[in-house]
Amino acid sequence: MSLLKYESQQREPLVDGDKDYHQVTEDIIRPIEMKPSKLWYIGFYISVGLLLFGVYSIYREVTYGTGEWNLNKTIGWGWDITNFVWWVGIGHAGTLISAILLLFRQGWRTGVNRAAEAMTIFAVMCAGQFPIWHMGRVWMAFFVMPYPNSRGPVWVNFNSPLLWDVFAISTYFTVSLLFWYSGLLPDFATVRDRAKTKLRKLLYGMAAFGWTGSTKHWQRHESLSLVLAGLSTPLVLSVHTIVSFDFATSVIPGWHTTIFPPYFVAGAVFSGFAMVQTLMIVVRKVLNLQDYITLGHIEAMNKVIVLTGSIVGCAYLTELFIAWYGQNPYEWYAFSENRANLFSPYGWSYWLMMFCNVVSPQLFWSRKLRRNITVTFFMSIIVNIGMWFERFVIIVTSLYRDFLPSSWSTYYSPTIWEIGFYLGTFGLFFTCFFLFAKYFPVIAVAEIKSILKTSSENYKRKMTDIEKADAEKFYLDEVGHSH
Amino acid sequence: MAGGIKKFVVGCFDDEAVLFPAVKNVRRAGYKIHDVYTPFPVHGLDHAMGLRETSLHTAGFIYAITGTTTALTFMSWVFTKDWPMDIGGKPHFALPAWIPITFELTVLFSAVGMVLTFCYLCQLAPFVKKHHFHPRATDDLFVMAIECTDKTNDTEVQEFLQNAGAKEINVQHAESGWWIGRYDKEQKLYRDERGY
Repeated sequence: MSLLKYESQQREPLVDGDKDYHQVTEDIIRPIEMKPSKLWYIGFYISVGLLLFGVYSIYREVTYGTGEWNLNKTIGWGWDITNFVWWVGIGHAGTLISAILLLFRQGWRTGVNRAAEAMTIFAVMCAGQFPIWHMGRVWMAFFVMPYPNSRGPVWVNFNSPLLWDVFAISTYFTVSLLFWYSGLLPDFATVRDRAKTKLRKLLYGMAAFGWTGSTKHWQRHESLSLVLAGLSTPLVLSVHTIVSFDFATSVIPGWHTTIFPPYFVAGAVFSGFAMVQTLMIVVRKVLNLQDYITLGHIEAMNKVIVLTGSIVGCAYLTELFIAWYGQNPYEWYAFSENRANLFSPYGWSYWLMMFCNVVSPQLFWSRKLRRNITVTFFMSIIVNIGMWFERFVIIVTSLYRDFLPSSWSTYYSPTIWEIGFYLGTFGLFFTCFFLFAKYFPVIAVAEIKSILKTSSENYKRKMTDIEKADAEKFYLDEVGHSH
Repeated sequence: MAGGIKKFVVGCFDDEAVLFPAVKNVRRAGYKIHDVYTPFPVHGLDHAMGLRETSLHTAGFIYAITGTTTALTFMSWVFTKDWPMDIGGKPHFALPAWIPITFELTVLFSAVGMVLTFCYLCQLAPFVKKHHFHPRATDDLFVMAIECTDKTNDTEVQEFLQNAGAKEINVQHAESGWWIGRYDKEQKLYRDERGY
C-alpha cells in the first residue's frame, strides 16, 4: 500500500543511506544517550561565559541606568533596538519552515524543522531581552500588560505599535513553543522507551506526557499540527509586520514608508534561513546527521536565501527610488546623504548592507555554489552581518540627523556594556542551543519515519527497479494486491 | 481508574503495508480493535480502523472567535467607556488600530486552547503513565491490541494475527483509562494482585 505513494525519481532522496525505521531512531537518538564530546563542552562553556558577561552588562545598565549606553539626544534607539529586530528576524525561519512549508507539503522540512523551531524560540527569547532592559526601570516591566491597576485604572495604549509588539512577540513565542513541544512529545516517548537509566526514564517520561502512539492520538496530533501551522502562517507574517510598524507609523524620514511590512518580513526570512544554515552545517557534522540533513536540504534553503535576498534588494532599490520620486526633501536627504553617500558618517554601513544582502547572495544562482558547504557557511555569516547592518542603517542613519540641524548628534558608537549585552544574548542563544543539541532529538524522528517510505534513498532505488520492470506486472503485484 | 482490567491479544507488525490488510481482516472477522500504536502517523489508518474524524479543529475555531471577541470588547470598553483617552484628537473607537492585537489574541486563544484540549482528550500530562503494549511501538513496530471479552477465544485470535502477518504475538492484561505513575519505577503488576 505504501508503495503506491509515488514520488518522482527526479527528486533527490530526502534521507540518504539504507535506512529502516529502527535505524532512524538509532541515528537521531544515540547522541542523546552518549556523553557529550569535548568540543561540546568547550562550546558550551564559551556560551555560558558570554552569557555571564551579558548578565554583568545588564547589571551595570540596571544599576546606573541607560546612560551606561552611548545613546544620545537624537539616537534614543541604538544597538539595543537593532539587536532586537535582528533577533526577531532570525526567529522567523523556524516557524516559516515548520508552518508554511507544512502547508505547502514540502517534504524536506522534516529534516530541519525541529532545530529551526528551537532556534526560533531561543532567538525570540534573546530578542525579548532588548525592549525589556531598555525600559531602564525594568522592575516596572509589567506596566506593559493591560491589568486593572490602582492608577485610575490607566490602561495601556492599544493604538500604539509598541504595545502591538508586546502582544505580537509574546503570542509568537507562546505559539511557537506549543507547536514545537507538541511535535516533541512523540520523540520524547521514543527516548523514554529506549532509556536504560532510571533518571532518563523518569525525565523523558515526564517530558513525553505519557505518549503512547495511539492512532486516535496521532489523528488529533495531525489535526493539531495542521491548525497550528495554519495559525502560525499569518502569525509569522504579522510579527515582523508589527515590528516594522514600530518604524513605519512614525514620521521620521527613512521610516515613514508603506513598503516596510513586506520588506521586513522578507528580510526576516532571509536572515532566519542564514542562521539555520550556520547552525545546521555544524550540527549535521558534529552529530553525524549528514544522511538526514543532506546537500539537498542545504540547497533548498539556499534557494530561499537567494529569493528573499533578491526581494530585500528590490525593496532597497524601491525605497531609494520612491525617496527621490516622492520629492520630500527630508526623505530624500535621509537617503541620498545619510545613507547612500559613502562619505557621510554612516555611509559605509549602508554600502556594507547593500553588499552583504543584495550582491553576495546572488552567488547562489549557481547550483555548484548552492551545494558547497564551505561557501554556504561563509555566506550564512555574511548574510547575518548584512541583516544586522540593515537594522543599524534604518535606526541610526534616520535618527542621527533629525529635522533640526542644531540637534544633529555627534558620531554614535556603542559602549562596552552595549556590546556586552549583545554578546550576552549570543551566550543565551548558544547555551540554549547546546543544551538542545545534547538533550533533545534534533531531528523530528516521527516525521522522518513518515516520509521514509516515499523519499529515502533505498525506496527510490526500489522504485527505479519497479519502473524498469513490466508495467502490467507492476499493476498486478502492487495495485491488484492491495485491493 | 475507570475501565478496569481487561485482557488483550497483542500483535506486532513491522510493516504498515502488512498492517492495513490486517486491520481490515480483523475488523471483518468481528474482533474489537482496542487501538493500534504506531511510531509515526500512518495516513489512512484511522479510516481503516473506522475511527471518526476528530473535531479538534472545531474547538480551535471556537477558541479563536473567543479570542477575537475578548480583544475587541475589552479594547472598546477601555477606550470608549472606562477611560477614553484623547490621542491626537483621533476617534476613541479606533477599530483599524486594534486589528493587530485582535489578530494576535485570536491566534493565542486558539493555539493555547487547542493544545490544552488536545492534552485533555489524549490524557497527556507530566506524570501520566499509561500501559504500553510494546516498548518498540515508539520505535519501529506497529502494535495492534485486540480487546478480549469473556467469549473471545484468545488462541483463535492469536492464530488469526499470525496469519495476518504479525511478527510477535502475546496476551496482556492491562488497565485501560487514566494511569498515574512514575517511569523510573517498574510498574507493579496488577496481574499479581488479582492472581491472573
